[in-house]
Formats: sequence, structure tokens, C-alpha cells
Amino acid sequence: MDNYLSIFTEYDVPGAFWVNIQLTFWAALGALLLGTVLALLRISPVASFRAIGASYVNLIRNTPLTIIILFGVLALYGQLGFNLGGDFQGNFFRLAVMGLALYHAAFVCEAIRSGVNTVPLGQAEAARAIGLSFLPAAREVILPQAFRGAIVPLGNTLIALIKNSTVAAVGSVATEASSTMKTMIEFRADIVIPIFLTFAVGFVIIVIPVGLLTTWLSKKLAVAR
Amino acid sequence: MRKNRLGAVAAMAAVAALALTSCGGGSGEGDAESIRIGIKFDQPGLGFKDGNNYTGFDVDVAKYVANELGYAEENIEWVSAPSANRETMLQNDQVDMIFATYSITEERNKVVDFAGPYFVAGQDLLVATDSDIASPEDLNGKNLCSVTGSTSAQKVKDNYAENTNLQELPGYAECVTQMGGGTIDAVTTDDIILAGLAAQPAYQGKFKVAGAPFSEENYGVGLPDGTDKCGDINAAITKMIESGAWEEALTANTEGTGYTPNSETNPPELSDTCA
Amino acid sequence: MSASILFDTPGPKARRNILAINVVGALIAAGLLAWIIFGLANKDQMQPSQWDDFIEGSTWANYLLPGLLNTLKAAVLGIVGSVIFGLIFGVGRLSQNKLINGFSTVVVEFFRAVPVLLMIVFFNVFFSRSLQLPGDTALWAVVAALVFYNGSVVAELVRSGVHNLPKGQREAGIAIGLTRGQSLRFIEIPQALVAMLPALIGQFIVILKDSALGYIISFNELLFFARTYSSPNGNVLQALIVAAAIFILINFTLGKIAEIVSRRLGSREKKDKTGGQAPQAAVVGAPSVLPVEPTPNAEDEPNPRS
Repeated sequence: MDNYLSIFTEYDVPGAFWVNIQLTFWAALGALLLGTVLALLRISPVASFRAIGASYVNLIRNTPLTIIILFGVLALYGQLGFNLGGDFQGNFFRLAVMGLALYHAAFVCEAIRSGVNTVPLGQAEAARAIGLSFLPAAREVILPQAFRGAIVPLGNTLIALIKNSTVAAVGSVATEASSTMKTMIEFRADIVIPIFLTFAVGFVIIVIPVGLLTTWLSKKLAVAR
Repeated sequence: MRKNRLGAVAAMAAVAALALTSCGGGSGEGDAESIRIGIKFDQPGLGFKDGNNYTGFDVDVAKYVANELGYAEENIEWVSAPSANRETMLQNDQVDMIFATYSITEERNKVVDFAGPYFVAGQDLLVATDSDIASPEDLNGKNLCSVTGSTSAQKVKDNYAENTNLQELPGYAECVTQMGGGTIDAVTTDDIILAGLAAQPAYQGKFKVAGAPFSEENYGVGLPDGTDKCGDINAAITKMIESGAWEEALTANTEGTGYTPNSETNPPELSDTCA
Repeated sequence: MSASILFDTPGPKARRNILAINVVGALIAAGLLAWIIFGLANKDQMQPSQWDDFIEGSTWANYLLPGLLNTLKAAVLGIVGSVIFGLIFGVGRLSQNKLINGFSTVVVEFFRAVPVLLMIVFFNVFFSRSLQLPGDTALWAVVAALVFYNGSVVAELVRSGVHNLPKGQREAGIAIGLTRGQSLRFIEIPQALVAMLPALIGQFIVILKDSALGYIISFNELLFFARTYSSPNGNVLQALIVAAAIFILINFTLGKIAEIVSRRLGSREKKDKTGGQAPQAAVVGAPSVLPVEPTPNAEDEPNPRS
């Protein structure tokens, strides 16, 4: 037991999780913004906008996240000198956030689009009947309902994002949970299973409440129809 | 309708069968005539698989030793030996010998035997040809790259230059690529690994090994515990060194980098017992 | 299509406006593309020498195809294992035995919450050092991680698939004298499985993508080989793009197949509902219980937690 507890003084386990939470937070913000814009593009009446949105979604969501993050650090930064500012480590953190945001934006877009599909046609017709044009109708009538319908898929995307934040390990973010765990089991072969369970349970503790919250929110905010 | 379902089931079964057959063969049972040698497949300059060709210093030494033991080159079966699996592979009789930048350590010696060393490497720095970084102390404020989970970069930071920026990537090749792009000032690991990377055609003349090794790593030939081959293998290595073939292999695999190994420790002198 | 929800059929004036915006949009898209290409060219990344490696046969024969083969091997083993795991624990979650049900729930919820990468890193060390398994432990680590995670997702698919069947299915089963378990095995699960097919193909896409995580433990998959090949040749950026393109091509095709399958299942359902064209009463059309749209999309949890 003492043997096991010593890993907590040797390594900063809560700190590692904190890095993942920060990665998730910023990437979630970015993904929500970009994803909403993409969703608007995909449901707009302009064919070329729809094509841009659809190409983005189809390209990004079929690409492994590992490649996207690796591309950020090896190609964008390493070959093209693309720097997002901050200090040396901060730049990798931001590149990883960017990769996570770009990837999950495709799923946010599809989540919102599926939310839009839950809005009955009558709502849009009513909006137009009172004289709202496309953007005001989207802003005032369609999207608020669409977001409610999209809560469950959005929640699932958030859960995926929390877990996928570990992939930042390939992007030189060496302080996050999976890299920390890798280093720990590399040097403490005697307690490999306890170390893994510690990290796994850590993620369970973070992810399960998000799932419960999603379910609760979607029930509470469900549009009565 | 019924047909559809059967079709789906049949498709699944076919897929499963495919999976089973595709991982059936290749468990590495050599015949009596051949020898299975574990090397790195992804370490240019030491052990590298290029199609059906195997190149690098480890490979050259392995070929020479195998030849001395009576195995011609075509009777060698090359096996990939990733760092994490080396002890296991020897214990499970998946390979007969390992030449894979395998440092002799007390810890490892408890479970496997080592012949050699056939090379004494040292932790060093790879820098741009025109760089003024000569030793780890010069790294303050510079960007240093190493592999995730390795201690070598941390060692530099702790012992020599505490203001070093560390970047960790999945492999050394990525580090060198990164340095090619100019965002990294130095890469650190064993000198011969660095020299091997720098000798790649795309990097000719761009990088040099700083030449101030600050540790000692004895590369040994990994053998199953309780082997009786150490004497023969050490004799073969000694013969390789004396005949000049050792020097030749080293030069050929680090060509164009101006790298010379630490002459105080190289070429190593061998006894006729296991290390 | 959602588009029709949001706007009327445009009139002549709106059509003109839309056309104008359309042209602007196309120009923006072309501009973006040009910006990327010229940006790369400015950084010396568009030289033919960096790209023509990838149209050479030896590059494919020695690196990309062996890599792709390993990727597919891991993915196929992963999906087969996931279906087996999913059936066992999906049925476990449907069990009325509190112990089996509770155990299955814990297992499924646990593995759905643990990042795949964490499992890959753990299994790699666990298999090679702790258990000292022979063979390609990196492959087995990747497959095990994929099976535990995706198997849990499939278990949820099985469960929700059965839950979404009309109640009459089970009642009819019990009425003809089957036990609860028999009705589950012979009537409900087969229907749920067929209805699951599109979602299962979607899960195969997730598995293919996640197999690239094996790169981190040096599993010799496509990305690993692309990287190994490019590092001595100095065209990492190009290799990553080529690897991504291969993944996109395969996954896009799979996504299309999932769509076609789900459309066929959907049309079957309609026929059954109208009753007119479905003479084979024995094979009741399985309603496509799972939302079609989010199948390939859902990196995780294609179905909502209930």
C-alpha cells in the first residue's frame, strides 16, 4: 500500500488530470463555436456553403485524431513554423487544443444538425409567417430549439472530447494524464495495474457525471410537443 | 428478407475467418538451419527495415557474428524487437539473439544474459552543423527534444541546464524531423543513434553529433539466460574489431556526419565470458 | 433534408441573391484551398520530389500496404471481438438476474468512460512485461483496448436495440411458449442485430480511426509506417497527408455503405408498417431503432444514455 501511495508524491496525478480538463475546456469552446458555424453552413440555402460545410465534416470526421494532432505539432509547427504563442510548452498546449477543437467541431456540427432535424416544420413556417428572414428565424426560433434537441449528442461529443484529450500526448503535451501514466508504468513495473486503475477511475469520475448531467438536462429542457 | 439476414451473417463470418487466418502464421518457428535475430526495425543507422533489406550498424555486427557462428546471411530470420519487449522475447524463446541498442544493465542481467559489449555509446546531443552548442551546459534557453517517457532529456535539465525547454515526441525520428524544420536546437539520446539518424540522405550535412558524451551505455548482445554462446560471440566480435570490419561498418552507417565514437571506450575489449 | 425546414422555396429575387452568394461562397472555398496550397509551396512543401515518393510502387509495397494491412488486421479483430463482447454484456444488461445485470452495467459503464489510449498504453506494458505474452504484444494491446471500449458501445446498441423493439415481439414469443431467455435469443436479439447493422458499420469506422493510436506504442500500423518511411526522406507533412487520405477514403466508403444499409432497412420498415407489401409476416421488419444520422459521426456513444 505504501508502495502504491508513493506514486502520488513522486508524480503529480491530479495535476495531470487538470491538464486534461483544461484541454477539454478550451477545445470544447472552440469546437462549439466552429461547429455551430459549420452547422449553419450546412443548413443554409446556398449550395456552395453547404458544400464547404459537408466537405469539412466528411474530411475531418473520417481522419484519425492522432493524425490531426500529430499534423499540428510535426507539420504546422515543425515544418511550417506555425506558432500559436505562449511559451515553449504553451505553444504545444494551444496546438493540441486547436487540433481537438477542429476535430470535434465536425461532431458538434452533426449534433446540432441532428438537433435541427428535431424541430418541426411548423416552427419554421410560423417564424416566416411572422416575417422573420433566414438568419433571424434561425437565431430566434430554430437554433434555440435545435440546441435543446442536440443536448444528448452534444453531451456525448463532450464525453468523447474529455477522453480524446489524452491524445494530446502525441502533440508533445507531456504533462497530461496518459503521458504521465506511461512514464509511471515505465518505471514502476511492480504496480502496473493499480496505476492504470487509478487513472481509469479518474476518468470514470469525470465522465459519468457529465453523462448524468446530459441526461438530466435533456429531460429538463426537452421541448414539450 | 431472410436472405438478407443470412447474407449479413455470412459476411460477418467471412470477416471473422479472414481475421483468424491473417494472424495465423508467422509465429517465428525457425528450422534448425536458421537463426532468429532481434533488431530494431525503425532505427535508421542501427537497425532499419527497408522493404526486404535490413541496414544499420546493429545489423552489420549481427550478420558478422552470425556468419562466425556458422549461419549464412540468408539463414538469418530478422525479428522486430521493440525496447519494451526485448527481455520477454528472449525469455519466451522468440529470438536467439538480440542486437537492438540493448544496454547492459544489472536489472536486465538478472533475467537475460549479455555477450559483448560490441559498442560503448554515450548520451550526447545532435545539433545543427553550424550550431555553437558543444555540451549540455550550453542548452540553457534552448529547445531540446527527446522521446516521451525517456529520462535522458530530464537528466540534461536536472544536471546540466535547468532552463532547457523540453519537447517530447513519440520517436527520435520525429525529433530529428522537427530539428530539420528549425524549431528544435538539439536532440538527445545515445550518440550512435543520433549519428545514425543524421546519416539519412535527407539530412546529409545538416546535423552533427556534439561529441561530448556524458554517460556510458554498453551495447550488448542479448541472449537467453544461461546461454553457452557468450564465448563464441565475444570471439566473433573481437575478430570483427581486429579485422577492421567493425570500424568499416561504423563508418558506413554514420557516413557524412563526421561522427567518431568515444575512443577511450571504443572499440571495447572483450573477455570470453558473459557480461 | 433539413434545408426545407428552414426556408421557403425561393422566388426569382431570392434565387438571384442565392446565386450571387453561391458564387461568393465558391470563391471563398477556392480561395481557402489556394491559400493552403500556396502557403505550403512558400514553405517548400509542394516540391514534386516530396510527393512522388508516394506514387512509387516500392513505397506502397514496403511501407504503406504492410502498414495498412496491420491497421485492417487490428480493426477486423477489434470489430469481431467487440460484437462478441457486446453480445455477452448487452444480454447481461438485459438479464433479470440482479447480479448479472449489475456486473454487466459496471463493466460497460467503466469501459465506456476510460480513454482508449489509456488502455492501449496499459495493455502494452501489461501484456509484454507482466504477462510476458509471446507474439506481437503491441497488436494485442491495441485489439484489447478496442474490444473493451467498442464492445461496451456495442453492448449498449444491443440493449437499446432490444428495448426499441415493439413490445408485441416479446409478448408473442412468450405466448407461443418460449421462455424469456428464448424469446430474447430467438426473436429479439436477431432483430436488434439487423437493425444495428448501420451503427455497427459506423463503429467499424471508429475502430479504424482509433487503431491509429497504436502509433504511440510503436504498433506497426499505417501511420507508424508512413512516419518511418518519411523520416529519413524529409517529407513528414506529405506522409501524414497521404496516411490521412487513405483513412478518409476507407472511412468515407464505409460511411456510405452504412447509409445504404440503413436506408434499405428503413424502407423495409415502411413496407411492414403499411402492411401492404410485406407478405412474409414471420420476418417482422426491424424498425431502424438507431438514429441513422449520428452513426458514423458519433466517435463515441452513438446512442444516448438512457
